[in-house]
Amino acid sequence: MNVRALALAFVFAYFFGSTVAIGSEINEAAQAADPVAEKRLQGLSEELRCLVCQNQTIADSNAELAQDLRHEIRGMIAAGKSDKEIIDFMVARYGDFVLYRPPVKGITLLLWGGPIALMLLGLFALQRYLRQRAHRMGDDKPLSADDAGRANALLEEADNK
Amino acid sequence: MNRYYWILGSFAALVVLLAIGLNLNPRDVPSPLVGKPAPAFNLNVLATPDKTLGPKDMLGKVWMLNVWSSWCVSCRAEHPILVDFSKKSDVPLIGLNYKEVRGDGGFDMSKMAADEEKKLAFQRANTWLSQHGDPYKLTVMDLDGRVGIDYGVYGVPETYVIDKAGIIRMKHTGPISPDILTQKIMPLLAELNK
Repeated sequence: MNVRALALAFVFAYFFGSTVAIGSEINEAAQAADPVAEKRLQGLSEELRCLVCQNQTIADSNAELAQDLRHEIRGMIAAGKSDKEIIDFMVARYGDFVLYRPPVKGITLLLWGGPIALMLLGLFALQRYLRQRAHRMGDDKPLSADDAGRANALLEEADNK
Repeated sequence: MNRYYWILGSFAALVVLLAIGLNLNPRDVPSPLVGKPAPAFNLNVLATPDKTLGPKDMLGKVWMLNVWSSWCVSCRAEHPILVDFSKKSDVPLIGLNYKEVRGDGGFDMSKMAADEEKKLAFQRANTWLSQHGDPYKLTVMDLDGRVGIDYGVYGVPETYVIDKAGIIRMKHTGPISPDILTQKIMPLLAELNK
């Protein structure tokens, strides 16, 4: 059992270790000494989409372009650029698509407002449905004296048979 | 009964949306560079390495910038179309060779000196053009891809149409097909050259 666990741990460590190793190429490691800058780089690159593999951030992707862009961001951080300047640099080149959180403007209105609009629509439909149901329930009034008499008469007739 | 129509209708609407979504090309990202001045660069010319070229040298002309590399498979598919274009058209086509050596993936860049990379890149680019034909008026060498970043390059080949004032008028990502050339690029070039 112990041998098996050890082997499993080894395999796990191997894969985990290797992905980390790919992420930090030798030329990237050189600048990684400054933990504050590294944290900013991490934060920024998690906001940016890698255009080569479009469902990954620049932080996650090992595509060459992502490496180049991380390198670029490092350079800009070292040059004292603000986060906004760095984001603007990326948007100027790759468009809003590069942002995982695109800005609210005319063309992205449906993107941002769509879910809220759908929820409101759902709430409205629910309210209408509940109201209709309450209305239908309201129709079940107790029987009038006349109807009750007739019902009783019918029931007695049935019993007497 | 009414309710079933609702459900069926909503389902049909979802199917239509999905069909539209699946037919869109996710690579077709609109470039923010269209309508903006072509980013400046000053890169070594492949044929005359001691000389440099930049967009400002092209002012007053309508021209095209084509990003290529010898390791790029789609460039090979596009190349005959460009060669054919260069024979028929007067519009200068400038090649931007993108990361010839370090983009290849077959080299350990940590072990390669800068001048060694440069020499190899020029050699590889020249060989490729002599094998496949050279449609370019000039080719400039972007060894580290830094100019590529300024042009928002994310998938080679890419092609830019730049007007007389140095404004980017069109960007095409991916290989140019004969249809795109005749239906989109040629009319635009004719209009800009009026």
